[in-house]
Amino acid sequence: MLQVNNIDVFYGNIHALKDISLEVNEGEIVTLIGANGAGKSTLLKTISGLLKPKHGHILYLTQQIAGKPAQGIVKSGISHVPEGRRVFSNMSVEENLELGAYLRNDREQIKKDIQQVYELFPRLDERRKQLSGTLSGGEQQMLAMGRALMAKPKLLLLDEPSMGLAPLIVKQIFEIIQMVNQQGTTVLLVEQNANMALSVADRAYVIETGKIVLSGTAKELQESEEVKAAYLGGL
Amino acid sequence: MKKSKVFWGLCLLAIIFYAVVQVMISGGILDMYYQSILIQMCINIMLAVSLHIIIGITGQFSIGHAGFMAVGAYFSAIATMKLGLPFPVAILIGAIVAALAGLLVGIPSLRLKGDYLAIATLGFAEIIRIIFLNVDYVGGAAGMVITNLSNWTYAFMGVFVTILVIANFTNSRHGRGCISIREDEIAADAMGINTTYYKVVAFTIGSFFAGVAGAIYAHNFFIIQPTTFGFLKSFDILIYVVLGGLGSLSGSVIAAIFLTVVSAYLSGYPEERMIIYSLVLIIVMLYRPTGLLGTKEITSLFKFGKRGGSKV
Repeated sequence: MLQVNNIDVFYGNIHALKDISLEVNEGEIVTLIGANGAGKSTLLKTISGLLKPKHGHILYLTQQIAGKPAQGIVKSGISHVPEGRRVFSNMSVEENLELGAYLRNDREQIKKDIQQVYELFPRLDERRKQLSGTLSGGEQQMLAMGRALMAKPKLLLLDEPSMGLAPLIVKQIFEIIQMVNQQGTTVLLVEQNANMALSVADRAYVIETGKIVLSGTAKELQESEEVKAAYLGGL
Repeated sequence: MKKSKVFWGLCLLAIIFYAVVQVMISGGILDMYYQSILIQMCINIMLAVSLHIIIGITGQFSIGHAGFMAVGAYFSAIATMKLGLPFPVAILIGAIVAALAGLLVGIPSLRLKGDYLAIATLGFAEIIRIIFLNVDYVGGAAGMVITNLSNWTYAFMGVFVTILVIANFTNSRHGRGCISIREDEIAADAMGINTTYYKVVAFTIGSFFAGVAGAIYAHNFFIIQPTTFGFLKSFDILIYVVLGGLGSLSGSVIAAIFLTVVSAYLSGYPEERMIIYSLVLIIVMLYRPTGLLGTKEITSLFKFGKRGGSKV
């Protein structure tokens, strides 16, 4: 479904992603784990069009999307939940969800989809009219995910959904990620919480200082000595 | 629809207000002094509202608004004084040229954010001023003499159209796009909103109405000089928007009215005036740091629509 081929991304002179390739197949949950500054978020931003790669190709459903503007990529079915949630804090929960459907015109279906998001996240339903800036971190994460789902993505890019959340909430969020996946959305998940990420994913990549150093099925990586030592705290 | 009822009600209210003032003017109750304050007030409201769409709605910090006003003022003056065109056409010409200037400045500079954009727009306004200062065709430093064509009707129409267009823009799909840029540009991008496009659109609309205000201003004072459009003027406009509450249209209208009245009544005491003016600002910022109305609108205080709604 998504194929990233040998991309290089720079921030000015800094070479952030070095010759990265990865693949996401339809229906999978693929996770990308790595330490701070490894380039995880950079990769997601490049896929969703917020950054442009200097070299390399990104193929999405046989279509070249590297360097296309972000709105075109969203339209073609890739939705990005940015790191740190980034909800529109002076808008209500419902308005946030409506903005998620910004590129769609089917009003009736949008209303139904909002209901569907509320079913997925009952907490948001209780807080429809509340300003999203006043929500707790977990609720904001749910809102950011719900907002991204409103674009009806085929591929959902999640950037550290567990950041700054209590373990119990993290568990809930990951259950929802699995639910979303079962409903037919392919997920590319970036995480520092390697344990949690590997437990829900089908396949995984490990990224270190801008390079993919390991890849395999989630199970393989969970058992790999290197990953255990570096990311799973020697469990 | 309840919302459209509120809208037509407010339009009707505005027209009644216009008629009452017009009758008072023709009846001689309002003399020239009050008329000129009223027109000045209208000009300031237009400037405040046109900057509100750039700063308050789209969140782009522009402090060169007087530059666009100057473009509108000079080009409308050229149209009436040099080309002999009728005043309404001149207003339109001033506004369109100002909008083009906004487009021209907006496309390269809206890549900048925050302080950098502020400095770039400030620089632009100074460039405009210096150009007019050095072009003899428009009188250079001595200024340009202009016949007085502005009256209450033009000023009121200007305000009415400005508020109508900007309030409707804000409540439209495009307005939502702009607000989302103010709230979080990266998230807006990720939602598929063409952020560059909306920033430029907001900037151009804002410049257009600053041009209208400039045109009416130019034909109200018999003379325009480049020094009038210095950065102090830009800051005056910025103060209306900040004092009224960033993101509140009615707030910037109220602040513009309030500050016009304050400075008119204090004009007899030029030294004390600036002190009192500054004190008012400091007090408001201490006790209402989000401005008079915050991001709310005056209509929402009366439990009309949930947010926005056109108000005049």
